[in-house]
Amino acid sequence: MLSGAGSAFAAVLRRDLMLAWRGRADVLVTLAFFVVVICLFPFGVGAETNQLRAIGPGVLWVAALLSTLLSLHRLFAQDHADGTLEQLLLTPEPAALWVTAKIAAHWIVTGLPLVVAAPLLALLFDVEQDALGVLTLSLALGTPILALIGAIGAALTLGLRGGGVLLALLVLPLYVPVLIFGAGAVDAYLGGVGATAHLLLLGGGLLGALALAPFACAAALRIAVE
Amino acid sequence: MRDLDNKDLRGRSLLRFAAPQVFYPLAGTLAPWFAAIAVVLTVIGLYIGFFVAPTDFQQGEVYRVIFIHVPAAWMSMFVYLLMAFWSAVGLVMNTRLSFMMARALAPTGAIFCFIALWTGALWGKPTWGTYWVWDARLTSQLLLLFLYLGYMALTEAIEDSRRADRAGAIIALVGAVNVPIIYFSVQWWNTLHQGASVSLTKAPSMATTMLLGMLVMALAAWAYTIAVAFWRVRSIILERERHTDWVGAELERQGSK
Repeated sequence: MLSGAGSAFAAVLRRDLMLAWRGRADVLVTLAFFVVVICLFPFGVGAETNQLRAIGPGVLWVAALLSTLLSLHRLFAQDHADGTLEQLLLTPEPAALWVTAKIAAHWIVTGLPLVVAAPLLALLFDVEQDALGVLTLSLALGTPILALIGAIGAALTLGLRGGGVLLALLVLPLYVPVLIFGAGAVDAYLGGVGATAHLLLLGGGLLGALALAPFACAAALRIAVE
Repeated sequence: MRDLDNKDLRGRSLLRFAAPQVFYPLAGTLAPWFAAIAVVLTVIGLYIGFFVAPTDFQQGEVYRVIFIHVPAAWMSMFVYLLMAFWSAVGLVMNTRLSFMMARALAPTGAIFCFIALWTGALWGKPTWGTYWVWDARLTSQLLLLFLYLGYMALTEAIEDSRRADRAGAIIALVGAVNVPIIYFSVQWWNTLHQGASVSLTKAPSMATTMLLGMLVMALAAWAYTIAVAFWRVRSIILERERHTDWVGAELERQGSK
């Protein structure tokens, strides 16, 4: 039974990763967007080093949040259009299981590149090198939460006109705690308080989202397909 | 004979009001009463607030905005909980009226949320010297407004009312789970707002008349919410059930009046 569920999880994960690999350009767009948004900030607020250093972690976090948002609609749209989603819903495996697999694949494709690129981009803002580890860790813990919460919004707005803007309105308020603790972790570390509390809260949030979001997402998909 | 008994039993149960057709006239009867109560309580509450309650020794007359600000803020949070409650009932019991109730409450909650923010800004200028600060309570109130707007935008964007109801219910519940998380995270992030003046566990730190005025205004807000939600739910019922015979008969009756 467990191996059956495990293999279903692995099959969906492998399939989604394969699909993403076949259409790599789409994936790179998310990363490019992340980089471009980050590079816009110095033009907007001025290139004064101290100021950039102060806003760096926050900018990286907001950019990661926006990039996640931009790619969310792709999570279920294609499967919805070609009928795969309905077939998946008809399978005997629990929907929350393969939904989690799809979200995991989505995060590996869109979230993980941001986490890897973040320390490099942080150098553009002259963020202290000691803090790069904390920044990367906070993104590694936080971006999966963004993907999990965002998946609920993506499922709810599936196939709607103007779904993208609606998705942003639905999801962004829910992202605020993640943003606070994510960007706050770096500030706390730089301020000498230590980032442990923030990172633990992010980890707790990740576990909570992992436990609850797939079920809400599965319910939303059923409603959308019905 | 047994059929008759069953019907009688069903007729006595409160659950019969879960049928839109039965609830429609009940809401129509109750709404004007609640509206009247709201008007009377508002007049009493504002009278206490503006003429009876003493001037605050720190803030002067400007504190009197509290009689609108605090009830509106309370109400905006209560209404969200109510919405989440009706959404959960709808999802579990599969009752259409519950979803309609949730949707009827949303605009009222959003308006209270907006009023709380607006009066707060007007109060903040003379006391803090600025219309807006990124303080915990203001920020979480603003995010609550966004949650309301998201709920309304989602339910309006979906044409199929069954899907709209259920999708809205899910986002309302997800929001309800998140509201405390948002509240505490924002509080940790930044706080400047004066602590709550009214608490269930401590003696209130304000004059009794001030408290009385606020409570009367809060009751007025409750009555207003009930009245408006009933009127709105009646419109939703008519729109949803427009293909049924009883709505046809009802509209004819209203038209002939």
